[in-house]
Amino acid sequence: MNYTFQFGEALKELPYLLGGAIVTLEIAFMAFWSGAILGLAGAYGLVYGPRWIKRSVGTYITFFTNTPSVVQIFFLFYALPEAGILLSSFTAVTLGLALNSAAYLAEIQRAGFLSVRQTEIDAAETLGMSRFQMLRYVIVPHIARTIYPPLSSFFIWLVLGSSIGALYGVEELTGRAINIATSNLRTIEIFLVTALIYVVLTLCASVSLGLVGRYFFRVKGGLLR
Amino acid sequence: MAHLEIDNLCASYGNTPVLKGISLDVEKSEVVSLIGPSGSGKSTLLRALVGVTKPTEGTVRIGETTVDYRSAASLRSVRDSMAIVFQQYNLFQNMTVMDNVTIAPIKIKKWNKAEVRKHAAELLERVGLSAKHNAYPDELSGGQQQRVAIARALCLRPQLLLLDEVTSALDPELVGEVLDTIRDLARDGMTMLIVSHEMGFVREVSSRIVMMDKGAVVEKGPPAQIFDAPEQERTRDFTARILSH
Amino acid sequence: MIDRIMREIPRFFSASNVDFLIEAAGRTLLLSVAGCTIGFLLGLLLVVIRRTSHPALLPLRTLAIGYTEVFRRIPFLVILFLVLFAIQAVAPRASLFTIALIGVCIVSTAFLSEIIRAGFESVPRQQVDAAEVMNFSYLQILFLVVAPQAWRVILPPAFAFMVMFIKDTALASQMGVVELTFAGKVLSNKGFSATLTFGAILLAYFILSYPLTRLGRYLEHKLGSSRN
Repeated sequence: MNYTFQFGEALKELPYLLGGAIVTLEIAFMAFWSGAILGLAGAYGLVYGPRWIKRSVGTYITFFTNTPSVVQIFFLFYALPEAGILLSSFTAVTLGLALNSAAYLAEIQRAGFLSVRQTEIDAAETLGMSRFQMLRYVIVPHIARTIYPPLSSFFIWLVLGSSIGALYGVEELTGRAINIATSNLRTIEIFLVTALIYVVLTLCASVSLGLVGRYFFRVKGGLLR
Repeated sequence: MAHLEIDNLCASYGNTPVLKGISLDVEKSEVVSLIGPSGSGKSTLLRALVGVTKPTEGTVRIGETTVDYRSAASLRSVRDSMAIVFQQYNLFQNMTVMDNVTIAPIKIKKWNKAEVRKHAAELLERVGLSAKHNAYPDELSGGQQQRVAIARALCLRPQLLLLDEVTSALDPELVGEVLDTIRDLARDGMTMLIVSHEMGFVREVSSRIVMMDKGAVVEKGPPAQIFDAPEQERTRDFTARILSH
Repeated sequence: MIDRIMREIPRFFSASNVDFLIEAAGRTLLLSVAGCTIGFLLGLLLVVIRRTSHPALLPLRTLAIGYTEVFRRIPFLVILFLVLFAIQAVAPRASLFTIALIGVCIVSTAFLSEIIRAGFESVPRQQVDAAEVMNFSYLQILFLVVAPQAWRVILPPAFAFMVMFIKDTALASQMGVVELTFAGKVLSNKGFSATLTFGAILLAYFILSYPLTRLGRYLEHKLGSSRN
């Protein structure tokens, strides 16, 4: 079993792979923010909405968290055309991840809403704060501090999860690695370099998210989670 | 020859020295108490003796043998001869009272199971908990848990018993039952090194008292000297302050 | 489109197709359960290494920490490709299922070891001190004192991880392991409507995952509310 590693060719492709890493981040960003906004609406509905809204949002979450995002995207990509809706692979993947994220991010944000304690609101009221001041100084900072850590972890999860775009031909990091691998025999080296880029990418993301959390939301604890 | 001889013992947490050359003897069947303000290093001294905090300098002798805290075998033999009871009882939450008391003698020392259980039952009766053999620690009061911890320590048949502020975590009405247990032990001739803030008790039960401050021994002497005629200014301040409460 | 689906349904749910789907679902479940069981044991081993304190074991500890940190930061798909190529280079006759299983083990070891570590750390340090001064050995402390208390904390998230991984094994279809997602592709290639096929596959995953998710919640509730 002698395998000699040769990283020369894989390193030659580094700029191409790094370009893919940017696409990876783009997908993760878009899916995260659209998922977060949808999820916010969902969380609001879950906490304050009428019964039928609670039910529908609950069903949505149960469905999306109990089926694989890969198959959800398969559905978007292959089934929607049967109804006359054609999506590009990039759109299908980003949309699929966004719909999937919405379910998880709704859960996270709901937990944030529920974490606000009545005693804090009472205290703010006795201080004579207006509704807006209460939101601005008490409620929003509290929710932000509670949900920031799980949101950051979820973003990291999305960076890794966006690799499934490769299955639909999206040229993000993993997709580009596969592209090279089909025309190059040094497949192990290429995927090792790709893995390393993911490690560095998510480490940088974790550390910067951790710093932002520490300075803007007063999140305690280590930078890596 | 003293039973326990501590000479110039030093220890630190990180770079902060917490014990700065402690020297002290304990004779067989003697009760020695450590007093002093919090942060004076009393608890650390006990923890250093059993090697939970590693001493950085100095020697400890038990009987004829000198302890080497860096050697696993030597550490094992010190821990065989001493037992410690902690402020927070530190009972194993996953075991019944009986198992807490018997696990070390049976599983670690490999003593005869039936004899250990018989001894444990006697000890539990002695600390007034014979009805609680099958209770779990979280079903007991703090005072009861602390008495289980004392029984657990005694079941190891230690030559020396270390008691680290065993009443500090207890509600005031539960302190008495634990102190009674310790008084009994003293009467039976158990050699003990005690850290306590219960000055009345310390005075009554100790043969000698060691006043510590800032990681060093300030003064040693019989209770009468320490409480009534201290030689050192700091001892006088401390006892005056604490007795005025 | 609806007409087409209605027309295809009887043929789609033929006995042979249903058997095929059930077998595929079994493989999906097996991949996740077996992979996470092995991963749990290996993860436990990593934690046992990480909690040692002897200076001579520092390199092993660093390796164990490095493993958990690195393998939680690489996409499962990339790991699957790496395992596929690496194993084909050394053992060309290994089955695709074995390869996928190894991939699952690599990832689950990293995540489960993190879950186990957190569980072990939830047991108060004082009890470890007490055991140490009573001359418990390192392994006796771990398995007589720490583990019996930590499992209540460890089990719910470990179980949730396994259930979550049922969905991630869908990626093994990419390598040709005939699990649920691959079965979907096969049926879709036979000409069945994609809506019908992937709808059925989504439903199959849901049927696997949902009861287990509920069971996990029940476990969490049950273990959380009882002693300690």
